[in-house]
Amino acid sequence: MRVEQIAVFLENKSGRLAEITAKLAAENINIRALSVADTADFGILRLIVDNVEKAKTTLKSNGFTVGITNVIAVEVADKTGGLAGVLKTIEEEQLNVEYMYAFVNKTGENAVLIFRFDNMDKAIESLQRTGYTILSGEQICAL
Amino acid sequence: MTLYWEEEMETLPRVGLESVQLTRLKKLVARVYKTVAPYREKMDAAGVKPEDIQSLADLAKLPFTVKEDLRDNYPFGLFTVPMDEVVRVHASSGTTGKPTVVGYTKEDLKTWSGLMARALTCAGATSKDMIHNAYGYGLFTGGLGAHYGIERLGATVIPVSGGNTKRQITIMQDFKSSVLLATPSYALNLAETMASLGVDPKSLSLRVGVFGAEPWSENMRDEVERKLNIKAVDIYGLSEVMGPGVSMQCLEGKSGMHIFEDHFLPEIIDPDTGEVLPPGEKGELVFTTLTKEAFPIIRYRTKDISRLIYDPCECGRTMVRMEKVTGRTDDMLIIRGVNVFPSQIEHVLMGTEGVEPHYQIVVNRVGNMDTMDVEVEVSEDIFSDEIRVLEKLTNRIQGDIKDMLGVTCKVKLVEPKTIQRSEGKAQRVIDNRKL
Repeated sequence: MRVEQIAVFLENKSGRLAEITAKLAAENINIRALSVADTADFGILRLIVDNVEKAKTTLKSNGFTVGITNVIAVEVADKTGGLAGVLKTIEEEQLNVEYMYAFVNKTGENAVLIFRFDNMDKAIESLQRTGYTILSGEQICAL
Repeated sequence: MTLYWEEEMETLPRVGLESVQLTRLKKLVARVYKTVAPYREKMDAAGVKPEDIQSLADLAKLPFTVKEDLRDNYPFGLFTVPMDEVVRVHASSGTTGKPTVVGYTKEDLKTWSGLMARALTCAGATSKDMIHNAYGYGLFTGGLGAHYGIERLGATVIPVSGGNTKRQITIMQDFKSSVLLATPSYALNLAETMASLGVDPKSLSLRVGVFGAEPWSENMRDEVERKLNIKAVDIYGLSEVMGPGVSMQCLEGKSGMHIFEDHFLPEIIDPDTGEVLPPGEKGELVFTTLTKEAFPIIRYRTKDISRLIYDPCECGRTMVRMEKVTGRTDDMLIIRGVNVFPSQIEHVLMGTEGVEPHYQIVVNRVGNMDTMDVEVEVSEDIFSDEIRVLEKLTNRIQGDIKDMLGVTCKVKLVEPKTIQRSEGKAQRVIDNRKL
C-alpha cells in the first residue's frame, strides 16, 4: 500500500516552482498534494500527482532532475487530535519519520497524511495493526 | 606488440639520443644567435655565446623565453627565416592581449606531421583507422596539426572540427569513426549528447580517444573511458613549441607521455627561482626546440606543471616521459594562501560515486576572505528526496577537498545542464576577486 511520489531538485531561483506547475498543467497533470523542503541553497519539491509516469517524463524532458520514491498515505478524520493520534502510534511503534506533509480532501471529512519512514514495511504493518486506513495511489487520486 | 612509427629513433639508447640532441642544440643556438636580434640581445646581456654550449647541461646558461617575448615581437619578430620560406602561420587565442604567432617552413610541416603520425602510432592507430578529428580547425594548432599527421599516417581523416555535436554523432555512426581526437571536455559533451539521443557508445566503432589541449585528472580519464567505452590517452603540445605531438602517451605505459626528445629538449624548473630541478622533481616544464626552422624557441617556459619520468617504459621507447599535466602556474588559484589547481578538485569530484563531470569553481572575496564555491550538477544518481542525504553528500565532498587540499570550500548543488558545456576548452573557474 505505497504511493508513488515525485521529487524534483530545485535551485533557489525565482520562478522555478511556477515553471514546473505550468509544465504539468500543460500536460493535464493534476497535483493532489505537494510540499517543498528547502535549505539556504536548494530545495526539494515533493508531489503527489494523478499520472506519475507522465509527470516524470514531462519534467525530465524539461531538464529537471526527478526521482520517484514511495511514501505512505494515512487517512485520518479531519478533527482535533487526528494527527496527534497517528503520531502517538508512530512514537509507540518506534518508527522514524524522515518527513511528512498533509492535505485535506474535498469533502473536508478526512485528512490525508503523507509519510516517509526509514522503515516503510514496519510502518505499514504497525499502522494497519493499530487500525489506520492506508490509501493507495488510485484512492488518493479518486478523493 | 608495440607499434612504432620510427622504431630506430624511438628506441635509441639514451647515450645515442643525447649525442643527437647536443649536435642539434649547438647548431640551433648558433643559428638563432646569428639570425634573431632579440635572442642575440638577451644572450649578450646574460654574457653567454653560442660557443659556451658544449654539453646538454650548458643549456641552463641560456636565458628563458616567455610568452611576453612573443608578444613583444608580434607578429613575426622571432622568425629566423625570410617570410617567403614561411608556408603557414598559427596563432594562440590571445584572450589576454595580443595573440602569439608562430610560423612553419615546408620542412617544419614535414617534421610536425611526422611527429603527429608518431604520436598516433603510440595510441595504436594505423593506416586502417577512420580518425574523427574534433579539434578546432583554424589558427589553433590542434585541428590542422592533427589533420596532416593523420594523412601522413595514411589513415582516413574526418575533418569534423569542433561544434555541431549531434551531427558529429551521426558521422561517428555512419562513417564508423574508430579514433577520436578532441579536448577531454568536448569528449564529455559528446558522451552526454549521445546519452540524450539514446545512442549506445557500444554500438559505435570508437576504440581509442586521443585527448589534449587542457589539463584533466586521472579520475576524469576513467569517466571518459567508461562513458564512451574507449581507451583514453593523453597527447601534449603547445603552439609555441610546435603544436600537438610534442609528447604522447603510449598504450603500454600506465601513465606519462613520451617526449619526442630528438626534436624537443625538456627541463623542469622551479617556477619561482628559475633553477633547474633534479630528475623526478615536480615543477614548471621548459622546452627547447631542436629542429624547428621558422620559429625555433629556446628554453620556453610553458607554465605547465609536470615531472619527468626516466624509468624504462614497457613499450620499449627510450624517450623520457612527462607526467600528466595537473595544472598550469597561471590557472593555479590561491585561496586563503593555499595553492589550488582546478584539476585537484576535479579529481575529488570524479572520485565521488554518481557525481557528473560537469562542475565549476566560483571564487569570490567577501570582506577580506576568499570563498570558493564548487558547483556540481545534481544527476539522478545522487538525487534524493531527503535533504539529509543531499547534505551528507555535499559535506562528504567538502571534507574530501579539505583533506586533499587543506582548503575549506562550499559545495553547491545546481540543476542539470546549468553549467556551460564545452565546445573546445572548458571554462572551469570563475574568479570574481578584484586582485
